[in-house]
Amino acid sequence: MSSKPMTTKTQRKNPEDRHPFLDQLSQLWRNKTAMAGMMIVSFFVLVAIFAPLLSPHSPNETSLYDQLKPPMWHENGSKKNVLGTDDLGRDILSRLIYGARVSLVVSVFSVGLAFVVGTILGCLAGYYKGMLDSVIMRIMDIILAFPYLLLAIVVVAYLGPNLRNAMLAIGITYIPRFARIVRGSVLEECGKDYVTAARSIGARDFRIIFLAILPNCLGPLIVQTTLSFASAILDAAALSFLGLGAQPPTPEWGAMIARSRALILRASWVMTFPGIAILLAVLGFNLFGDGLRDALDPRLRD
Amino acid sequence: MIPTVLGMSIIVFFMLHLTPGDPAELLLGERATEEALHEIREHLGLNEPLYIQYGMFLKRLMKGDLGETIWTRQKVWVEVKQRFPATIELAVAALCIACFFGIVFGIISATKQYSIFDYVSMLGALTGVSMPIFWLGLVFMLIFSVNLAWLPISGRLSVDIELEIITNIYTLDALLTRNWAALKDALWHLIMPAVTLSTIPMAIVARMTRSAMLEVLRQDYIKTAKAKGLSQFKVVYKHGLRNALIPVITTIGIQFGVTLGGAILTESIFAWPGVGKWMYDAVSQRDYMVIQGGTLFIASLFILINLCVDILYAVINPRISVQ
Repeated sequence: MSSKPMTTKTQRKNPEDRHPFLDQLSQLWRNKTAMAGMMIVSFFVLVAIFAPLLSPHSPNETSLYDQLKPPMWHENGSKKNVLGTDDLGRDILSRLIYGARVSLVVSVFSVGLAFVVGTILGCLAGYYKGMLDSVIMRIMDIILAFPYLLLAIVVVAYLGPNLRNAMLAIGITYIPRFARIVRGSVLEECGKDYVTAARSIGARDFRIIFLAILPNCLGPLIVQTTLSFASAILDAAALSFLGLGAQPPTPEWGAMIARSRALILRASWVMTFPGIAILLAVLGFNLFGDGLRDALDPRLRD
Repeated sequence: MIPTVLGMSIIVFFMLHLTPGDPAELLLGERATEEALHEIREHLGLNEPLYIQYGMFLKRLMKGDLGETIWTRQKVWVEVKQRFPATIELAVAALCIACFFGIVFGIISATKQYSIFDYVSMLGALTGVSMPIFWLGLVFMLIFSVNLAWLPISGRLSVDIELEIITNIYTLDALLTRNWAALKDALWHLIMPAVTLSTIPMAIVARMTRSAMLEVLRQDYIKTAKAKGLSQFKVVYKHGLRNALIPVITTIGIQFGVTLGGAILTESIFAWPGVGKWMYDAVSQRDYMVIQGGTLFIASLFILINLCVDILYAVINPRISVQ
């Protein structure tokens, strides 16, 4: 009678029996820099979601009397515009808050596109091998043959400069990273017994690929997604800075910096804050992604 | 490599045809005359089926004919040749800065793992990877040119400096002609854009060096070297660094290509008259011939550099070529 609960208790204590996911989670929890990254990311996500509640003014509200007001700690600043105003009298803080929205939406769509297309292509290449594999990976090589910012610039230059095309361009340039990772993992998993087992009970390819193999490749994929968010925010800002992404008056961080170039001699604050916002958001995703990599995928550690 | 180059040319070729609108009008701009439109249609064979057009496009490429620019009516290839030295000067300078500081910081971080220096430099490296360089360039400009007035705000050379042009790489030309005043001035102009462009590669090289060093320092032969009583310096630099550098060199090669692409941002900020600024201007003026030619040029160079990196990798790491 008494031996039964004893064994379950000792079993629970045995670390071998814990689900590996829990280990990874606790490792991530203990990683301070990763947690700092997650906090920064959460902060930006919350700001983006609650933008209308948080921003003191409308992002596109111009005010003739408040042009180029410095931040509030400056002697000419006022509490009305905490971080000052730009050359049209628009409140910079409000534009930054709405800018978080634009940046996150752009990165979600572009990384989402790359994730879906890249994963499908990688699965097909890794599972079916042969001709299909060579053709798909050759195409990926061709995309990788361009410096990726250049490719994004060229795609937008042809399709026309707007935010949707910028998302599309960034998404296309990111497809190979996902395809390569997924293909590698699928190739590795294909030879394992559980795949043979699934095949022998007559599971269809679709089921084997997406329900049996793919869940086992998730680790590196999650890491890549997080790190891609960081570079997507950076690239979207760069495209907008070059005038190829968000068009005025969209409150986008890169576009805000581009507009501030002409004001560099008169009003440096117009330029400073959007840059800090980009840096912080990207840093947050990178910190979190690095932590995830340490926890989920020790092989990829650099 | 050849299929990649072919694939690249297909992408560049078809982009023009996938763009909404008449290709001839896109190439010549809206104000083109009917004769000019007719002429370019004949010249580029725009009335032929697409596969024949692609064949003609390839044939012209083989002859080195990238077409004419829309605005200046010059051969694209001539313009590339004019501007490329400026870009290569900037990219090489940036890469030298990135390698030197990246490797030094990486080594110190690895030998003093988990020290304050390690944490600070790795956080710095992560910040570098996250840096919007177009913003950093403007911040440098604000601090060093506007506020402190130490460095020139843009361009490659002051107007009052004379320099005999040989290679069009100004620092090299100044050295060759022993024109020290021009050398100083050219370097002065080069510092800010080069440092800006070096930020991301520097951070990546530092991270790579650190991890490669950590890997090597765990090896048995390092223990042997230490046990023999060699000095720390000899162990780290002679036995460790040589082996750790193999992956680092690959990274540097890849970063060289990336730097050429990233030059678009840096060059457009600092008005550096290289290929990047030229392409940026072409994008805003919708000069599709320049975009097409410039893209082909940079992408081919990128492929070539990656090929060299692969070869170099086999040369410095004999284990690869055996396999």
